[in-house]
Amino acid sequence: MTAAQMPAWVACLVVALALAGAGFALTGALGLIRLKTFYERVHAPTLGATLGMALILASSMLLLSLTEGRLVLRDGLIGLFLTATTPVTLLLLTRAAAHRDRHEGRPGAPPKA
Amino acid sequence: MSRVLPHPWLSAALALTWLLLNGPPGPGSLLLALAVGLAVPAVMRALRPRPVRVRAPGALVRLTAVVIVDMVRSNIDVARIILGLRPGGRRTGFVAIPLDLREPFGLALLSIILTATPGTLWVQYDSDTGRLLLHVLDYTDGEAWIRRVKDRYERPLMEIFA
Repeated sequence: MTAAQMPAWVACLVVALALAGAGFALTGALGLIRLKTFYERVHAPTLGATLGMALILASSMLLLSLTEGRLVLRDGLIGLFLTATTPVTLLLLTRAAAHRDRHEGRPGAPPKA
Repeated sequence: MSRVLPHPWLSAALALTWLLLNGPPGPGSLLLALAVGLAVPAVMRALRPRPVRVRAPGALVRLTAVVIVDMVRSNIDVARIILGLRPGGRRTGFVAIPLDLREPFGLALLSIILTATPGTLWVQYDSDTGRLLLHVLDYTDGEAWIRRVKDRYERPLMEIFA
C-alpha cells in the first residue's frame, strides 16, 4: 500500500510515535541548558539515545513495513549499534571531566573510586 | 563445532545483520549471509577474541525485559526532572558500588544497561578493587542504589556469564 492509502488511525499512530520520540530527544536537549553541573548534564542526551531513539525507530519500522507490505526490521540495527556505542562516548567524556576536576581539586569532583 | 564455528553467537549475529540489511530474504542473500557468518569469525580468530559463553538464556530474556521496563520508567523520571514537573528538592550524588562481577562481557553489558537508563551514569570502574563509581541524578539513599544495581542487574549478569 502507498502512504496515501493508509488508514487514518495507522497514520496517526506513526505520527504519534515519531512525535513522542522527538519530544523525548528535545527534552534531553533542553536538559543540557536546564541542568547545572557537568555530571548532571551528561544524563540529559541519553533520553534521545534511548527511549527517543526507540520510539522514532518504531514509527519508522511501522511505516516501512506497511508501505513495503512485509515486516521491515532493518531499523532495529540502528538501535542495536546506537545502544552498544553510546556508553563509550559518555564514559570517555565523564572520565575526562572526573580527571580534570580531581586534578584541579574542584568542589564537585567525584570521590576516588 | 569449534573449528568451523569458533564463535557461534558472532556467526549468528553477523548472518542476521546481513539478512536484515539486504531486504527481503531470498536464496541469494541467505547464501551470502551464511558465507559472512562463517568467514568473518574465522578471520577474527587472528585477533583471538575471548569466547562468549551464555549459561542461562532464560535469565538473559528476563534481564532484557527488566531493563526495557526500567529504561522507559527512568526516561519518564528524568524528563520530569528536566521539565521541572517534580515538586520538592532534588539531590545528585556519587554512589560507590562494590561489584562481584568480574567477567568483561558482563561488565560491558552492565555499562550498557546503566547508560540506557537515564539517571544513572557510569563514572569509573576499578578492576583491582572491583568498585564502580556511579553518578545518580536523583540521589535519595545510597544503600538503595547499591541494592538496586546488585539485585536487579548484577545478579542476573553473574548467572548468565557464570
